[in-house]
Amino acid sequence: MSAAIPELKQFDEAELDRVFTGLEAEVAAQARTLTSGESLEAFRLHWLGRKQGRLGQLSAAWLKSAPAPAKPSLGVRFNQLKAQIESLLQDSLQQRQAGSRGSGLDITLPGAALRIGAEHPLVKTMAEIVNVFQRMGYSVSLGPEVETDFYNFEALNFPPNHPARDTQDTLVIAAQEQKPLRERLLMRTHTSPVQIRSMLEQAPPLHLVIPGKVHRNDAADATHSPVFHQVEGLCVDTNITFSDLKGTLDHAMKAFFGSAVKTRFFPSFFPFTEPSADVQISCIFCAGKGCRKCKHSGWIELLGCGMVDPAVFEAVNQRRLQMGREPVYDIRKISGFAFGMGVDRIAMMKYGIGDIGLLYSGDLRFLEQFA
Amino acid sequence: MNILTHWLRSCLPGLPVDDRRLAEDLTLRGIAVEGEFPASCGGSLYEMDITTNRVDAMNHYGVAREAAAIYHLSLPPLALAAPLDYTRPGAGFPVRIEAQDLCGRFTARVIRGATIGSSSGIIAEYFAALGQKQILAPVDVTNFTWMAMGHPTHVFDLDKVEGGIVVRRARAGERLRLLDGSEKTLSSDDLVVADEVKALALAGVMGGWDSRVTEQTKNILVEAAWFDPVAIRSSSRRHGLHTDASHRFERGADFNAAPLASHLVARLVVQQSGGEVEGPLVDVVVPAIAARTAHRPAIRLELSQVRRILGKTASGEDAGPGITEEIVAQYLTALGCDLTRQAAGEYAVKLPSWRLDLEREIDLIEEVARVYGYNRFANTLPDFQGAVRELPHASQEAAIRQTLRALGYTEAISSTFVSAEEAEAFRSAELAGGVAGAVPMGNPLSAEAGMLRPSLAPGMATMLAHNLHRDVSDARLFELGTVFSGSTEAVKERMGLALGATGAARSAAHLYPVEDALFFEVKGAIEALLARFSNTSPAPSVRFDANHLPDWIEPGRGARAWFNGEIIAVFGELSAAQLQARKLRQPCVLASIDAQRLLASPLRQPVVAELSRFQPVERDFSFVFPDAVTWAAIEAALQGSVAQGAGPARDAAELRSVRPLEIFRDAKGKAVPLGSYSLLLRVVFQSSRNTLAEQEIALWTEWVVAQLQRLGGLQRA
Repeated sequence: MSAAIPELKQFDEAELDRVFTGLEAEVAAQARTLTSGESLEAFRLHWLGRKQGRLGQLSAAWLKSAPAPAKPSLGVRFNQLKAQIESLLQDSLQQRQAGSRGSGLDITLPGAALRIGAEHPLVKTMAEIVNVFQRMGYSVSLGPEVETDFYNFEALNFPPNHPARDTQDTLVIAAQEQKPLRERLLMRTHTSPVQIRSMLEQAPPLHLVIPGKVHRNDAADATHSPVFHQVEGLCVDTNITFSDLKGTLDHAMKAFFGSAVKTRFFPSFFPFTEPSADVQISCIFCAGKGCRKCKHSGWIELLGCGMVDPAVFEAVNQRRLQMGREPVYDIRKISGFAFGMGVDRIAMMKYGIGDIGLLYSGDLRFLEQFA
Repeated sequence: MNILTHWLRSCLPGLPVDDRRLAEDLTLRGIAVEGEFPASCGGSLYEMDITTNRVDAMNHYGVAREAAAIYHLSLPPLALAAPLDYTRPGAGFPVRIEAQDLCGRFTARVIRGATIGSSSGIIAEYFAALGQKQILAPVDVTNFTWMAMGHPTHVFDLDKVEGGIVVRRARAGERLRLLDGSEKTLSSDDLVVADEVKALALAGVMGGWDSRVTEQTKNILVEAAWFDPVAIRSSSRRHGLHTDASHRFERGADFNAAPLASHLVARLVVQQSGGEVEGPLVDVVVPAIAARTAHRPAIRLELSQVRRILGKTASGEDAGPGITEEIVAQYLTALGCDLTRQAAGEYAVKLPSWRLDLEREIDLIEEVARVYGYNRFANTLPDFQGAVRELPHASQEAAIRQTLRALGYTEAISSTFVSAEEAEAFRSAELAGGVAGAVPMGNPLSAEAGMLRPSLAPGMATMLAHNLHRDVSDARLFELGTVFSGSTEAVKERMGLALGATGAARSAAHLYPVEDALFFEVKGAIEALLARFSNTSPAPSVRFDANHLPDWIEPGRGARAWFNGEIIAVFGELSAAQLQARKLRQPCVLASIDAQRLLASPLRQPVVAELSRFQPVERDFSFVFPDAVTWAAIEAALQGSVAQGAGPARDAAELRSVRPLEIFRDAKGKAVPLGSYSLLLRVVFQSSRNTLAEQEIALWTEWVVAQLQRLGGLQRA
């Protein structure tokens, strides 16, 4: 880049214009070739270097030989040229930092597809429900998916001829016919057997939340699946009341769906609770005004619950005696409530899932939406 | 069942609310009105959803009783049901109950000289509004009667009855043609209403064809009886007949209602079809059954128990600590209970014959809460102490999910069931924790779902296929769920884990041929997962071999992973046979992992190593090895032997790492001879005490070269 110092003979304005226009063009032409950090630094040294800088050399030579009246004009022109060089340097530097020069990156291209895996909507919803109750002081309890009739039905006060025991409703393991009824193996139809298992193991107080997978002999359609998920709750102590059940579920629903949600309780019937109730929440989509999702009622039915039936405590006591344990569930002193909800239904409602089968398909087009 | 408010209001004059409000109030008391429509007879038609234990409320008078309790009205006796005086003298019709355990009461009444036509008047009007089909007047009357007051009755053509009525068990193989025209072969568990010669009707379920009332019928026998719920239920199920009558009997009919129903039927038959009632009502009662239905002993109810179970009422009109004595007495009396106060807050309660569902104190407590209104109780929270116990393996489960999601695997849930062929092909015994044997289902959902899944791998293969068949050609899935083994005697459950991968490998390493990259991606995922769990250093706790692989893995394309001395995973490419059976055209790599053992392993507790302040030095080595020399052998020759004290330096830690950068094979055998491969290897040296001098590095590189040559490696220029 080094160039000889041209000798300046005349110092009139026209000659100075001509010479400085030439220098500016030289600077601009060099600036266009600046593609790397090295060339940028070379350009800076060539023009502005403290010892060998061309600008310094030119001004030293020309100011020395210039007549006094021409010196101010010459000084102004050198300052302008210096400003031009510095500004070009600054621009090049900024462009490099922004990385958006013509020969650089097209930053509008999509980022590399580094996709994390998605949480399953059922696993996510179940964890959220469990979490609400854990924060209220409940411990998690689990049980097997293959159960005996005793845990799934008998101890839960299902009478021997109850239709739920029918193979039309319950999936059973093969070759059970020869066994006594209570020992027959089946796919649990609800998470409630874990209530019995827990009470056999522990004395009151119990505050349990029980998530799990359950099965029924249902033909698959948009709202039914032979496999589905439940979260069950159990609270047993002295002085547990129906109003405690109401308050607990009201609180939990507000924690899960938002504090504006209201609950209301209807009489219902389950063999293992009495009194039994169905619980509705005010529609989370229309705030109770009535919409398609709540069938214009303003309410959505969400869970079943009730006070633990004394027959359940009695069955537990009886089995505890057989196991050599104290029959500590005295029905005149101990009371409790239980509740259960369908995780699939809640997830379908929350995410607008129209077909329950999608939850069990492994279809990535569906699952990836939860990433 | 449907209810007409017009009819309901005729049972309970003075109802103070409109139909809309009545529907809401009933629903909040468990007598659920699911739909409300205008009725042709005026008022509304309610579509009811009444829980199965409340058979007493599945009729107009029953709903009226509930309404009377809610609004504190007194319920008048049922119109038209007053005792009936016979107008034609005659002896009582002979009735004999043989099956005294199954039939508790049987009433018979004779009407003679009727002219059978179709119904008119209020029956026709209400049936039209209800959409109930009219048949012949006497039959319509029996239907009208159960709709009015709940008790099923039956009318026979008296002239088809030979001798008297006998209620008995059917004889095995006895045949009976029923009203629907079907011919049933009965068993000795069926109860029949018969005459001296033959069965006339399947008791409590359906009348018989031959003794039915027709337009030619002149004389009628009216039956109103009480049958055992269990017997009727099993009979109805055995013959696949669910009728209005069986629906009520199998849930427990009102023992005392039979005479009342008979009066109502007789009065309406005479109204509709003429004729005269002949002789007295014959009423045969089995005392033992009467004692356990109509005349049950009183039960004790304590106010303190009511309040102990129900808790606080909401503030407002009934502000206070809870249910009072007045509330208990008022509601239970309105429902038909007979309360005797024995002491302050203590009652002996006699139960109404129509409420067989009430047996215990808790049942009465529920009734009080129900009619009082659930939403009038306060929302309180129990105060409890005690620590929340975490599940022992909650953090392990979270670590598995979190790690796999971070690696790009999406969680999926598949069916719990597999086909017998899949159960055989994917036996769980291949993992250390599995017990031999898959468990068959007794009533499988389908032939493809005949077994409990012994492994999550077949379900994973199904899910990958589901995606590939829908043009999702790139998939990474995992499932964490229960797997089953054992037998129909004892089923063992374990937590299983499956990974599934198909499509282009995520990392384009120079190390693997394209067709092997997916296998190594899955291997990497398994290594990353296992690294989250306790590593009993210094002995390497994770190793791999390729022995005894199951048939679902393509030969030569799979491996087993060992974790702390036991097999934790098998993985590899799905076999060609499996791909073909599932109509798959691209490779799928599956892993079956024994998650139960991971859940039982502590999570790795990081212990930080001190960072060296001195410069690391990288040296690359290019060697050609015979194919028989595995990476494991090379690693052992370098890092393994250094760990055991070999090497040129006193400080074994100076050999920081050894890793392969590039592997190359030449199919033509030019650049690299056939049966050999070239390996570019990077070794990093670093001391924790000083910057390594040229001499020290030279000693190390010489040692590395010598070690690799000893393995049969040839150094390339």
